[in-house]
Amino acid sequence: MTTQPAVHSDHHAEEPSYLVSKRGIMSWLVTVDHKRLGIMYMVAVLFFFLFAGVLAVALRTELFTPNQDLMSAQTYNQVFTLHGAIMTFLFIIPSVPAALGNFLLPLMLGAKDVAFPRLNLLSFYVYCVASIFFIGTLINGGLDTGWTFYTPYSTSTGTAVIWATTGAFIAGFSSILTGLNFVVTVHKMRAPGMNWNRMPLFVWAIYSTAIIQVLATPVLAITLLLIIIERSLGIGIFDPAMGGDPVLFQHFFWFYSHPAVYIMILPGFGIISELITVHSRKHIFGYKAIALSSVAIAIISFLVWGHHLFVSGQSELAGVLFSFLTFAVGVPTAIKVFSWVATLYKGSIQYNTPMWYAMIFLWTFTVGGLTGLPLSTLAIDVHLHDTYFVVAHFHYVMVGGTVIAFIGGIHHWWPKMTGKLYNETAGKIGAFLVFVGFNVTFMTQFFLGHQGMPRRYYAYLPEYQSLHQVSTIGTYILALGLFWTMFYLLASLFGKSKATGNPWGGVSLEWQTQSPPIEHNFHDTPHVHGSPYDFPEIDKSAGAHAH
Amino acid sequence: MLFSLFTDPRPLSDPGTPPMADNPWSLLPAASANAEALDSLYIFYWILAGIGFIATIAAQAYFMVKYAKPKDGHRKTSAITHNGKLEFLWSAIPTVGFLVLFAWGEIEYMKQVTPPADAIDVRVTGQKWYWKIDYPAVKGASLKNELIVPVGVPMRLTMTSTDVIHSFFIPAFRLKKDVVPGRYTVMWFEATKEGEYPLLCTEYCGDEHSSMVGRVLVVSREKYAEVLAERSKLEKGQGETMADYGARVYDRGGCASCHSLDGAAKTGPTFKGLYGKTETLSTGQTLTVDDNYIRESILEPNAKIVQGYSPQMPSFAGQFNDEQIAALIEFIKAQK
Repeated sequence: MTTQPAVHSDHHAEEPSYLVSKRGIMSWLVTVDHKRLGIMYMVAVLFFFLFAGVLAVALRTELFTPNQDLMSAQTYNQVFTLHGAIMTFLFIIPSVPAALGNFLLPLMLGAKDVAFPRLNLLSFYVYCVASIFFIGTLINGGLDTGWTFYTPYSTSTGTAVIWATTGAFIAGFSSILTGLNFVVTVHKMRAPGMNWNRMPLFVWAIYSTAIIQVLATPVLAITLLLIIIERSLGIGIFDPAMGGDPVLFQHFFWFYSHPAVYIMILPGFGIISELITVHSRKHIFGYKAIALSSVAIAIISFLVWGHHLFVSGQSELAGVLFSFLTFAVGVPTAIKVFSWVATLYKGSIQYNTPMWYAMIFLWTFTVGGLTGLPLSTLAIDVHLHDTYFVVAHFHYVMVGGTVIAFIGGIHHWWPKMTGKLYNETAGKIGAFLVFVGFNVTFMTQFFLGHQGMPRRYYAYLPEYQSLHQVSTIGTYILALGLFWTMFYLLASLFGKSKATGNPWGGVSLEWQTQSPPIEHNFHDTPHVHGSPYDFPEIDKSAGAHAH
Repeated sequence: MLFSLFTDPRPLSDPGTPPMADNPWSLLPAASANAEALDSLYIFYWILAGIGFIATIAAQAYFMVKYAKPKDGHRKTSAITHNGKLEFLWSAIPTVGFLVLFAWGEIEYMKQVTPPADAIDVRVTGQKWYWKIDYPAVKGASLKNELIVPVGVPMRLTMTSTDVIHSFFIPAFRLKKDVVPGRYTVMWFEATKEGEYPLLCTEYCGDEHSSMVGRVLVVSREKYAEVLAERSKLEKGQGETMADYGARVYDRGGCASCHSLDGAAKTGPTFKGLYGKTETLSTGQTLTVDDNYIRESILEPNAKIVQGYSPQMPSFAGQFNDEQIAALIEFIKAQK
């Protein structure tokens, strides 16, 4: 992407960055700067990632032996519920869109800010209120329903279901507002010359995600409200004892929560497209296929929720249709993976830490995608449903996909966000530990699940012990890798290693301004003349056409 | 079991069922017609996935090595941006694989959900936290956490729940189905191999979800009626002490899901040292656990709740007769 004003920032060099342009705590608390909000989201979601991650370590430690030893059954049930609920609602759904998306979207579009900066600030505080309700859940007796709130268990248990569902309800509004803001921003705030075919793929991914957030989240809100009504007013909507239908809840819940899976993974796809191109100095392979497959996935994702109900007693015909549609999501997903691998072809690959995370992603996400196939195959799912196979599969997609991409993205844009460089060797050690730890933890669980180990057991048949122990040891390695990563990243903030405006040689607009950027992003409005993947190393004389 | 060496072999609290196999691999025999058919499909899937995985990762690894940046700075990279033929191929080939998996899975699934007309009927009731199994055609045949099945005969299970959703899972048959309150779900199978297999709950149902574990006993056709009658008989045997009889009542009643014998606190108080103990109730009163308190707690469990426990126990009135209650009290008394 060629930009006119990008280089003559010399005479502006003294202009302070967004981090120091205004000072004092209030300048952060009431900021409408998308970059500061991105950083505030980043701190918040990483805090909850750490919290729910520590819970995961506790769960795996309990599972080291087949018997109950570290915590009681009630405690275990609350810990796995909070691990899932916090990871889902407070970490992974807002992670990439709200933290990196907020920071990068206007920069990548060449805009000064998002379309509605004040709405953006409101969205952050709505998220904070939601997290207060989750903390309230902890204080008011905890929650033991699992993050899925299945009825009639959730309408009959004595724990703080209303607190938690209210929290998730409010978090949903934060998600809707952010999504709305991003849709309008992409439509209205693109710099001159940036047509839809010149948008970075990260923008395409965030855009597809935003559409799902706006369309699907209201259904979750209604569903959670119905639970609150049933619990507080005793109206029988889901409880069969009062004439309700418990399976109806599952339909409502997964109508949101399956598309939500794509709210979680699509932004990760966007990150990977950026990482692979910049660090291999290649134009993305199949720009249109990758951009449109995101949209295709977003649409089909609304029509597959029934695969969560294959053994619930839903009609056989519904099972067959949902199985077919679930396979249909596999095709655009496979296209993406192949396109990323093909992008490496005849590149000049530099193995910086973000690139290592992109390479790890291709491995973990391919495993996650392929292990989705037996779960979409009706007859096999009947055996694997609600076993550790499912646990392993969705962790390969959510952690191996989204979280690996998120960590890779944090490393890739760290110099841009903070103006500092981290230690590359430390970064590679961290990536190695995360890769090994993650695979040891979750690869094992595929075997456990196939042997029949059910989910959400605090004690299990002794036959499963060896595999559980391998998995627990993997968790410790993974935790070590993540703590290591946290420490060297934090240390870099206090280090002297300053980042230049464009340390990786990126072509998209966020690299054409200083690091960290000034408050209004660019000194002059950038003009876009070409593709975001038009690197100077590309050999245009070789015949194949580049645009 | 390599890692078991590092851990304490003494169980703190029994998860419910004794080990049935030496290792997890032997926990999963193919013991029904469905399991055998499904394993072929499963192996086919692994071959397909293996080819896909190896092809993708091999291409990635090859490119990673071959196109690594040279030490003396970047080389010129290819200007290629897409390739219609290649993209068509890598969309079409997985699509064909997916269609085969879908169709095969669908065919097997239709067999799984279509019980033959001559199947033996069994009724299953899920309840926190045990399975009640009733045989309508056999007088007095009612079991807890135990499903007895003749080999080579189709069985049809009609299932419901009295409280929350459970899920009835027999790994050796590769079958599961949710057990939903307020409606009936159906599952059928034909066992092909005699033996004892675990029966698990796979839908989270509260505190002792992990203890909602039973067993499936596949016996020969000749022995079926005899074993069923013997297992469902809950009368004091000749020469059996009351406490031994009580142990069988404890076993059959599914008491173990909430009341341990080794001192571990589960959803209910442990039976170890319970008799004669002075307990503080949720109302603040104290009482000594004696015959009358135990009897009351079996028939009207929520009348007096010990502090720290929640009123979760269902009443066993009508399920245990006086002789069985007396035996159970003797059994509890014996847990010193």
